[in-house]
Formats: sequence, C-alpha cells, structure tokens
Amino acid sequence: MRAELFTRPLRRELVATWGFVARNLHLTKRYWGWELVWFAYSLTSSLAVAYIGLGTERLAGAAVDGRALTLYLLVGTLVWAYLSQIFYVISEMVAWERWEGTIEYTFMAPSLRLTHLVGTSLFAVIYGIARTLLILAAASAFFDIPLVGANLPAAGLWLAVGSVSFVGFGILAGVMPLLFPERGVQMTNVLAALLLLVSGVYYPVEVLPAWMQVLARMSPATYVIQGMRGAILEGVGLDQLARPLLYLALGGVGMILFGTWAFSQAERYAKRTGRLKRSG
Amino acid sequence: MYALSCESLTKSFRKGKGKRVQALCGVGFAVRAGEIYGILGPNGSGKSTLVRILATLLLPDAGRAQVLGYDVVRQARRVREVIHRVSTEAAFFKKLSPLENLLYGARLYGVPGRKVIRRARGLLAELGIPEDKQVRPMEQLSRGQQQKVAVARALLIPPPVLLLDEPTTGLDPRSKREVQELIRGLRDEEGTTVLLTTHDMEEADRLCDRVAILDEGRLVAEGSPRELKEQIRTDGQPVSMEDVFFALTGKEWDDEG
Repeated sequence: MRAELFTRPLRRELVATWGFVARNLHLTKRYWGWELVWFAYSLTSSLAVAYIGLGTERLAGAAVDGRALTLYLLVGTLVWAYLSQIFYVISEMVAWERWEGTIEYTFMAPSLRLTHLVGTSLFAVIYGIARTLLILAAASAFFDIPLVGANLPAAGLWLAVGSVSFVGFGILAGVMPLLFPERGVQMTNVLAALLLLVSGVYYPVEVLPAWMQVLARMSPATYVIQGMRGAILEGVGLDQLARPLLYLALGGVGMILFGTWAFSQAERYAKRTGRLKRSG
Repeated sequence: MYALSCESLTKSFRKGKGKRVQALCGVGFAVRAGEIYGILGPNGSGKSTLVRILATLLLPDAGRAQVLGYDVVRQARRVREVIHRVSTEAAFFKKLSPLENLLYGARLYGVPGRKVIRRARGLLAELGIPEDKQVRPMEQLSRGQQQKVAVARALLIPPPVLLLDEPTTGLDPRSKREVQELIRGLRDEEGTTVLLTTHDMEEADRLCDRVAILDEGRLVAEGSPRELKEQIRTDGQPVSMEDVFFALTGKEWDDEG
C-alpha cells in the first residue's frame, strides 16, 4: 500500500480531491439541522426581497411593472445566494478546520495544497448549485417565473464562468483566516457584505455613488449578475456575450492563480509564526 | 542513516509586543531506524514545538531536521509521505464517525476508501471500538476511545516514522497500557521508528529504548533509561525516571507550570 503512495501521483491527488468532497458531503449530512436553518433563512430572504417587486407596484401604481421587477430581484438574489455560498465555503475552509481542530492534520497530509483547494472548490460548486436549485424550486411555488424568451444556455455559461471568478475570490479571501486566526473570518464576512453592496444584486450599479461604482467594476459578481439578467430577462444571446465572458473567465483564472500563490505564502507565514495551531 | 535527526534546532515565538518566547534552543539528537525514542519534559518545555517542526507544521528559525534523509523544510512533502503524527488533542471532525474520519485520512494519503475500509474496521475493533460506535459521531465517544481512533488512523497506512505527541495523556490506565502495547507491537512487527513525547516518567521508562530530557527548550540529558538512572545513582538505592528527571533538571514538582 505504501508503494502505491509513491507510484501514481495524479491518481493519488484525484483520490485526495474526492476525499475533501466526500468529507464535506458527510459533514453537510451530519449538520442537517443547521442546513435546514440556513436553507429556511436563505429562502425567506429571497422571498422577502422578491416581494419588494410586487410591493413597489402597489405603492407606485401602474408606472412600475411589478412582475418584471420581481423577476429582476429574484435573479439577483438567487445568483447572489449561489456565488456567496461558493465564497463562504472556500474562504472559511481554514477557519472551519481550525474550529474542528483538524487543521494540523489536514495540513500535514502529503496531498498538494492545490488538491485541497480544488477539492473544497468542487464541493462549494456542487453545494451551491444544489442549494440554489432548491431555493429556486421553493420560490417558484410563490411566484410565476416566466422563462419564455430566456436564453438558458447563456445563463448557464455566465454562472459557470462566474463560479470560476468566485472560486478565485474565495481562495484569496481564505488567506485571511490563515493570517489572522481570530479576526480572519470577520474580515471575510465584511468582504462578502461589501460585495453584496456594490455588485448590483438588488439594483443597477448606476444608482451608486461614483466611488462605489469603481468598486462595482472590480467585483466579478457585478458582471455575472448583469449577464444573468441579460440572458434571463432579455434573452441576450451568446454572440453578444463572447467578449465580456472572456474577460470574466480570464479574470477568474488570474484570480485563482493569484489566490493560490497568496495562499501558499500565507501558509508559509503561518508555519513560521505558529498560527496553524487551532488556539492561534 | 538515521531515521530522524535534528541539528541545532531553534525556534521562538512572538508573545505580545516586543516579547519573544524561546521554545527550542539548539536542540540536536538522532534516532536510529526501529527505535522508540522518548522526549521527556514538563509542560512548556518545547516537546510539541519539536514534534510540529518534524511534522512540517512549523518552520524552525535555525538548525536542521531530517526524516529518513528528507529535510523538513526543503522536502516537506516527502517528509509528509513517511510520517504520521498523533497529538494529545484528538484532531477529528466531531460530527463524523470514526470510520468516516479514517476513510478521509486514507484518501488524503491517496488511498481510496474501498481499499482500506476492511482494515479500518479491523483496526478499530482491535483497539476496542465496538462496531456500533464505529459509525456514530466521534463526539459520542469517550476521550480514551477518541484517542484510540487517533492511533488507528495513524496505523491505517503504516508509516515508517510515527510521531507521538503525548498520545496517552488523559487515558485511563487500561487504555494507556493498550496504546503502549500497540506502539511496542508496531516497532517490533513493522520496524516503525517512533518518536514519543511524554511527561509520564513510567511510560518513558517502560517503552523507550532511549530518552532525551528537554527542559526550557534545551536537551539536558540523553541515554537509555538504565544509563540515565546509573548517572544519578549514588548509594546503590533503586532510582526511578522521576528521580532522574528532577536530578537532571534541578526542578521540583512545584516548579512545573
């Protein structure tokens, strides 16, 4: 068995990747009570935001198309539910292991750190898709969601490319809990809140002050949400999407490479200063 | 070639503004293949820091450490392939079962779960973890049972070098004896090299071929338990490892923190 350890490096890394996915799936199953709580919280938040659309029509009168506004808000809230889930799962992987007390065990394993990050990211995407589809299914019981005219393949492509961007963002944010055992998670939460504010999740970014629009342009969520709205609400086709999608994909890959490099540097710093230890 | 060696290993940590705590001051020793080598020392003597450096979890400030000829800093990944570490705190996902934790551990080493599941069950049973508890969350197991699962995890893919950081702390006498027998069996049957840190003098005496005494980050003595006892024997009276420890460190129990 030990000989096998040295002979098939790629296969070994694939097994380790699955190890991270399987571990997180098992943990999700065991924490089912909390999963239920977070699902209920996400669903009610999404519904509450979507009802603002119908409420605005009632308050403002016929000048507002309540159904269109509801769909606009629903797309924003669902895409954000998905992207933020990816961000949280990846950025909090160090904090989670530190809390469980397993961080030293995982960091002492012979698998590559890249494998660790890929495994966690893979789970984050699977988990994010499953959770968002469940919220969408539940929300469709409350609202008529007309998808006639929507360009679903284009929407799928936006989401796929957006996932890459947020994986990179999550890895980069995951550096903070490595550097700051206590305040790191607080920082990632502030970052997520900032992304929510500036990325046009519930409103066009043009309504933001000029300096916030600069931040909006730096957030990959802005482009993903705009792209998804274009594809679902206006049926914008792939021919018009090639360039922005390419930019987003390149940015995402760049973010992953930079995030992975930053993570390895932070790991080295943590090992030099003794910050891997769970007590910090 | 030694299975494990350290030369002038030094490590300090920052504690508060401008203050540094010296955890290791020029520690050096070498462990032969198949040896059980004990590091004996009080709390805060630097035992865990030493093990963490050997396990590639800490970078030394100065000095060098090698495991099976691999440098722990420059060839960290190679080192990780040949070691396992069992620490005082049972590092597990508490909501996962012993079996799930073991399979996760095997996959991290690139071995598929299906290949080790039978061995995992067998090891757990051998260590006295009943079948029904093998699939229950770890948090429902006693401290002793959790520590046994930690040992089982380390043995699932038998490592050439095993780092045991106070593995029997907090165990009841029977569990302690079982774990000690397992360590001895591993050395005798598999030829595993074991580095064991402990502040249990009796354990060091019973289990270790050689012992080093670490005090305030410095090695103050090294030798077989018999040699160390001979060193301080003056009047022909029987000497215990406890006597050795206090004689060589110049400390009383009251001094221990």
